[in-house]
Amino acid sequence: MNGFSGVLGQAFGLILAWDADLVAIIGLSLRVTLSAVVIACLVGLPLGAVVGAFRFPGRVLADLLLNALMGLPPVVVGLLVYLMLSASGPLGPLALLYTPTAMIVAQTILVTPIIAALTRQAIRDLDREYDEQFQSLGVGPVARVAALLWDARFSLLTVALAGFGRAVAEVGAVLIVGGNINHVTRMMTTAIALETSKGNLQLALALGVVLLALALVVNAAVMAVRGLAVRAAHA
Amino acid sequence: MRDFPAFDDPGSVQGAAPILCASGVRFHAGGSALIDGIDLTLAPGRITVVMGANGAGKSLLLRLLHGLILPDSGSVLWRGRPLDRAARAAQAMVFQRPVMLRRSVLANLRFALAVQGVRGAERTRRAVQALSRANLADLAHRPARVLSGGEQQRLALARAMAGAPELLFLDEPTASLDPASTQAIETQIRDARASGVTVVLVTHDLGQARRLGDDLVFLHAGRVAEAGPLHATLARPHSAALRAWVEGRLFLDTSCAT
Repeated sequence: MNGFSGVLGQAFGLILAWDADLVAIIGLSLRVTLSAVVIACLVGLPLGAVVGAFRFPGRVLADLLLNALMGLPPVVVGLLVYLMLSASGPLGPLALLYTPTAMIVAQTILVTPIIAALTRQAIRDLDREYDEQFQSLGVGPVARVAALLWDARFSLLTVALAGFGRAVAEVGAVLIVGGNINHVTRMMTTAIALETSKGNLQLALALGVVLLALALVVNAAVMAVRGLAVRAAHA
Repeated sequence: MRDFPAFDDPGSVQGAAPILCASGVRFHAGGSALIDGIDLTLAPGRITVVMGANGAGKSLLLRLLHGLILPDSGSVLWRGRPLDRAARAAQAMVFQRPVMLRRSVLANLRFALAVQGVRGAERTRRAVQALSRANLADLAHRPARVLSGGEQQRLALARAMAGAPELLFLDEPTASLDPASTQAIETQIRDARASGVTVVLVTHDLGQARRLGDDLVFLHAGRVAEAGPLHATLARPHSAALRAWVEGRLFLDTSCAT
């Protein structure tokens, strides 16, 4: 226990001292993850809304695909992105492998189906309520999607936060395509894996504490948003 | 099936071209005929009350006439033409349970006007005007879904009227409202009629039918059991179903049903 409490103490020491390495790793993690979540929202929100709001041939297949892609194994995504970006891959000339951009690509691929599938469900539930009124008003398809997205805004904010939670905790894909290069592609999760194996437990634990704190903040934000929605009687 | 092309009523607009014409409309679900060959003609500027027991097909008929549901056979013609986007724009419907967007009262009205292509300052002007007509101006910036049931239904009616429809479908708009809210809704309905809007009103309330209606369509088991000028028809009901209804008896005979 002494060993553990000692390491924990040193870890908090690193956090409180605002250790430069620690800050760089947290900064890169947030930059990569937030970029991936924003791109995933730009793609996943409209995609999920369209699948949720309209009946079209192949909708069941689209539902199935979105649900299946939600469970994409991160290491498989990492491997596929690696193959695309490696020197001999189709996107090799872009020289993106082992860059933050490669990690953003991998995380975007992981998170987009999650955002799209959760959006589809939120939009479909809302559309059931609005459908006849929209038909009666003669709402066109574009206005329909826009109105559903706007009216589901509180649910969709929690969807985005769920995507963020998934991305920030992910390790397999970013490790493969980023390479965990110090000061270049070292993220919180990849650093924890590496530092633990090196026996540098203080930094690993400090990063773990920060990750847990982030998870706490994200969940608190989700609850706050829900509370806000209920208070505003928009839910 | 019987046809009721024009009602024999001195008050009716004889000779005026009908704005909506349904003929031979049938709709099946679950192996049974829910709407079983309905012919109906709506003369402009009148309030047609649709009555009948639960399950008689009143709400379904409204949806078929409004084009929310397509009939299995038969046709619904708007000014002699099939229902299209233009026809939809000229009609509006208020549902039994008002559907409010998760926005403010004013934004709900602005949305309906935006869909109709009303832009900019004109949109706001007409939205505010519709709110004050419905006595909802004080609530303009409240979230629509915190309003009481009566206020929501007045807002739904105001939203329907904001688009200046020629034909208004009302599906039991006062079903769960208190007398004060019911009176406010009935005033809005009278105002609509006074401005030339044709109204189709589904109600269970015989008193409301008498207060508002010009014409009556009484449904039984998916068919028109009886139709005609409201007051004359209620005074001398021919069908057993309507006679029981008017006399306040429970009518459980299903011999008319197929």
